[in-house]
Amino acid sequence: MADRPMIEIANVSKFYGIYKALDDVSLTIGEGEFFSLLGPSGCGKTTLLRSIAGFETPTAGEIFIDGVPSLALPPNRRPTNMVFQNYAIFPHLDVAENVAYGLKRLRLSAQDERKRVGDALDQVRLTGLGQRKAHELSGGQRQRVALARALVMRPKVLLLDEPLSALDKKLREEMQVELRTLQKAVGITFILVTHDQYEALALSDRIAVMFGGRIAQIASPKEIYQRPRTRKVADFLGGMNFLKAKVLGEQGNAVSVDAARFGAVSLDKPQGFAATNGHVTVGIRPERLRLLWDDDRAPHELAGRIENRAYFGEVTHLTVGVDGLEQPLSMVETNNFGADDLPVGAEIRLAYDPEAFVLLAEDPPVTRV
Amino acid sequence: MSLLTQRLRVLPFLPAYVALYFLFLYLPILLLPVFSLNDAATTTFPLAGFTTKWYASLAGNSVMLQAAWNSLVVGVAVSLLSTVLGICAARAITRYRFRGQRAAAGLIMAPLFLPEIIVAVSLLMIVLAMGVELSLITVILGQTVFCVPYAMSVLVSGFEGFDRSLEEASYDLGETAIGTFRRVTLPVVAPAIVSSLLVTFTISLDEFILAFFLSGTEPTLPVYIWGQLRFAAKLPGVLALGTVMLVASILMLTLTEILRRRAERRTQMAFTLP
Repeated sequence: MADRPMIEIANVSKFYGIYKALDDVSLTIGEGEFFSLLGPSGCGKTTLLRSIAGFETPTAGEIFIDGVPSLALPPNRRPTNMVFQNYAIFPHLDVAENVAYGLKRLRLSAQDERKRVGDALDQVRLTGLGQRKAHELSGGQRQRVALARALVMRPKVLLLDEPLSALDKKLREEMQVELRTLQKAVGITFILVTHDQYEALALSDRIAVMFGGRIAQIASPKEIYQRPRTRKVADFLGGMNFLKAKVLGEQGNAVSVDAARFGAVSLDKPQGFAATNGHVTVGIRPERLRLLWDDDRAPHELAGRIENRAYFGEVTHLTVGVDGLEQPLSMVETNNFGADDLPVGAEIRLAYDPEAFVLLAEDPPVTRV
Repeated sequence: MSLLTQRLRVLPFLPAYVALYFLFLYLPILLLPVFSLNDAATTTFPLAGFTTKWYASLAGNSVMLQAAWNSLVVGVAVSLLSTVLGICAARAITRYRFRGQRAAAGLIMAPLFLPEIIVAVSLLMIVLAMGVELSLITVILGQTVFCVPYAMSVLVSGFEGFDRSLEEASYDLGETAIGTFRRVTLPVVAPAIVSSLLVTFTISLDEFILAFFLSGTEPTLPVYIWGQLRFAAKLPGVLALGTVMLVASILMLTLTEILRRRAERRTQMAFTLP
């Protein structure tokens, strides 16, 4: 995280009647940080973004932008600019006029204005397309226009509301790379709202996962994927095998549990951890389980039987039944070694690393109506 | 081969029917300009010869010119009034959700389906009961009731695609509320507004029944024409006048359609992604 805070959200709540869109949210986003708000629809991420932009007025709390309390400021007086989900390209203006829209109020000389518009178009790789009409643009080009139109204002913070969700998969992946490169080049704070966990993982310096108007966890992509704090966070970020485990003992920050057939495992306590009746939930990602072939040996092994198989091209998803486990295990194997040829019913052995287990805290009860 | 072309084969008389239909529809209207250029006071074949004297006589007819002026005043007033009311209604219908919305929309559209003469008679009764003198103002008010539904339906289709995020994007880029209205809202919906003005003006120009009941001593053009038909000798002049009005109406409707399509393209392409 960057050293200087750019956005500080202090105890912000937003109620619609008795519906809590945001429930006492606090977080700090650093200067030059690429920060993502990730969560399912209705989790409050867009409301939070729109509150930063000034389109929503929180019921309580304060938002500081670069140290300035900003809730009293209208959107046109905040140093933030937004890329809208549908891009909101002005249909009666061409590309250059769209990009120059906000500059008009700055009363620059015609030459300066043209230069800034030209630079912004270069930045998003739309060089020479300034005269295009809005309806002549493809989805990807519209997105670039929306980006250029916002960046040309030299905002302190760029807000992106699901900017890639309208693009097809291939274009989306290209734009992800470009967005990241662009953010590094301009060096300003980007705040991205998305429901796509891969997008958040690939782009962000840090991610805040939100459920029900609250922040469940804020961490780097790697930490949030590998060390999710709660079961819901773990589940939202990707596949996870959940197991019920019995607490054997606690020592400082470590808990040792009996994870059924996986044996005794020692785990770090997550924040807000509490065992119920001496039982806890632990998880292990499907890709952390590995198939063992023929003479392969591993320090920690389990025997199982393939119950189901799904072929995904580069990987195969396996469902493996293990005696003594309530649920079958999910595994992901690359197809280099022939996992895609294993028949359903085949007896296999799998290896695991006890270090790969995470202890998951209970999710807070859902209080919204 | 599509099902449709197959059907057309089975029904060879269909194109002939369509041709006859159009002939029936437009032949009488085509006769209007033909006889208006005919050098005879009666509308009979064979044509007597070419003349523009009926048109020339229009220019010197001060009663007719006064009626034309009345129509113009009424038309402009009605189109402005009904378009302003239509903008309010269309914005409410497309932007907000409120209790009784469908009922409100239905009631605004209802005059389209009421017998015009009944509306005219009831308006006349009220105007007389209130002791208001019949004048162009009563015509304007009566025709506005009739034109608002047309204005609203044209405007609703123009406003429907107008997404709030366009205005938000403008605020976000530093523009004020007034500046946003001037630089975004107005230009995007302008074609719809202009086409509403043109449609309502055209309707007002042609409207007879309400004008006949409510105009008092100041006739509009259609009322004047109706009066002239009693005199056979005046018929060619009426035909010339009719031709002028016909051409004006067609020009205006064409312009309206062009603008309407442009408005539709604008709003649609802003919000549908390829």
